[in-house]
Amino acid sequence: MKKIEPVNLIFAFLGGIVLLFILGPLLSMFFASSPQEIFETTKDVEVQNSIWLTLLTSMGATVVFSIFAIPLSYLLARKNFYFKKLIIGIIDIPVVIPHSAAGIAILGFISRDTVIGKTASYFGFNLIGHPISISIAMAFVSIPFLLNSARDGFSSVPVRLEKAALNLGASPIRVFFTISLPLAWRNIISGLIMMFARGMSEFGAVIIVAYHPMITPVLIYERFGAFGLKYARPVSIVFIGVCLIFFILLRLLSKERKNA
Amino acid sequence: MLEVKNISKKLDDFNIKDISFSVNKGDYFVILGVSGAGKSVILEIIAGLMQPNSGTIHLNNKNITNEKIQKRKVGLVFQDYAVFPHLSVKENLLYPLKNVGLEKEEIQNRMNELADEMSISHLLKRSPTTLSGGELQRVALARTLALNPECLLLDEPLSSLDIQLKNNLRGLLRKINRKGQTIIHVTHDYEDAIFLANKVAVINDGKIVQTGSPEEVFKNPKTKFVANFSGIKNFFKADIITEVNENLKKAVINNKVSVSLFTEAKTGTGFVIIKNKNIIISNIKPNISAMNNYQGVVVDVLPAKFGVEIIVDIGILISVLISAETLKKYDFFEDKKVWISFKASSAKFLHG
Repeated sequence: MKKIEPVNLIFAFLGGIVLLFILGPLLSMFFASSPQEIFETTKDVEVQNSIWLTLLTSMGATVVFSIFAIPLSYLLARKNFYFKKLIIGIIDIPVVIPHSAAGIAILGFISRDTVIGKTASYFGFNLIGHPISISIAMAFVSIPFLLNSARDGFSSVPVRLEKAALNLGASPIRVFFTISLPLAWRNIISGLIMMFARGMSEFGAVIIVAYHPMITPVLIYERFGAFGLKYARPVSIVFIGVCLIFFILLRLLSKERKNA
Repeated sequence: MLEVKNISKKLDDFNIKDISFSVNKGDYFVILGVSGAGKSVILEIIAGLMQPNSGTIHLNNKNITNEKIQKRKVGLVFQDYAVFPHLSVKENLLYPLKNVGLEKEEIQNRMNELADEMSISHLLKRSPTTLSGGELQRVALARTLALNPECLLLDEPLSSLDIQLKNNLRGLLRKINRKGQTIIHVTHDYEDAIFLANKVAVINDGKIVQTGSPEEVFKNPKTKFVANFSGIKNFFKADIITEVNENLKKAVINNKVSVSLFTEAKTGTGFVIIKNKNIIISNIKPNISAMNNYQGVVVDVLPAKFGVEIIVDIGILISVLISAETLKKYDFFEDKKVWISFKASSAKFLHG
């Protein structure tokens, strides 16, 4: 029999504790709720609406902001320019600041007395408490995942493939869409999934810009505050289930594309 | 046709300095140099992938120094082929054709024509990730030739291929050149220059040190670097005439001198290369096992970097390298009758 190195045993033991640390609370939550409670929660219209709102606002944020983020990632991967390192630093700011502080910053940015707020008012709606502000808050905290992943993707595309395409008569924009983007696609998809997932789970920034309409993390918080742990738990379980289903589905889709 | 004038380029750890040469339509121009001599940089500058710090490039009398890459009409085949891995072979071939807005039927016809010419029709549906080096090289060549470039630039196209594939591809390159395609080919392998080039430039440390026909450059090296780098003076155009057995053949050089050598080639024209350090010279006919023995006359005795070079006329001029001690002992001098010998395995036949 192959002898197991003692050091590997120690590392496996330490790693096992980390896994237990992640899975323990989640599993205990599942076991603390009855299937009946979970089933009833899935039929709760308020829960259903909040899940749809969470999915749509996060997806909207991901799709809209990717149009701006992907070209920026390409520039950061390919070009050298002044203040590039500063820009890379700025991109990571949302990851390191408290999300409630991010929410306060966004609130100041979109409130009625700002240019953006006034423009929205001109078109007849108030951004505060609007699904758009939820999307903005979600995008603010989750966009670094897309930017960094897409930048890694573009960096991994060999420059000479782009040069070869130019030499074969392609315009720079055609090179971007036919060579750079498809070859960086795996990382970009990964970044999109991470941005979408991170956006869905956002609570701190969203609760400040829009308590209502309620996304699911806010609903969980409200049920916990108003009714206690017993009522917050089934909503959490259902929402985690939805998140996992989307996460696995998107991963599978991106894998299929890779194998295609 | 293509004129490169005084090109210089400063890179982080390397410079090319004052590079000038001209290539005529239909030329096969080989730039020969060791790795890191600046060969690939020259190609990238001609293709527009890199801008020179100074100097100009004219193609058909038009200054293309600052022309956009996609408008230059020069096609570059990269050393590692740069075939797009996410596209099939067919899509790779279609890529340049779609860039120029041809009719659908015209695109299809041109693609089929290229695939036939490069013998890759059977690979069209394959992914480049499943192809061998030789197959990738053919795909890269076909793709680059799709737009009929005025000048085809090849960056070490044979360096990572085995001998059999190398010979096949050399033949293919010569065929492409004979159809009138102007080619600039950079390599570290003097055999490519001997076999393919009608014009050679030797580059060392970012500078061109000698330009001329292969004969001029290799047989009359102007600098020690060229002499040492090539080390080859005995190369001759030859025809295979007799098959002694499956591998042992007789080749005739200039219809004068017959040489026994080992080659898989059955018939045809190629080049015979005999390294001068592998030739034995003696005053009397040697009683040894070498299959190639010739009587000749010494026409020159020259000092070389290591020892002495003796030029012997046996109907063709053969260079022999010996030590100063051997010269002293056997006393070879001009007009002296001598014998030279070399083994069949010491003569190499290049064919395509």
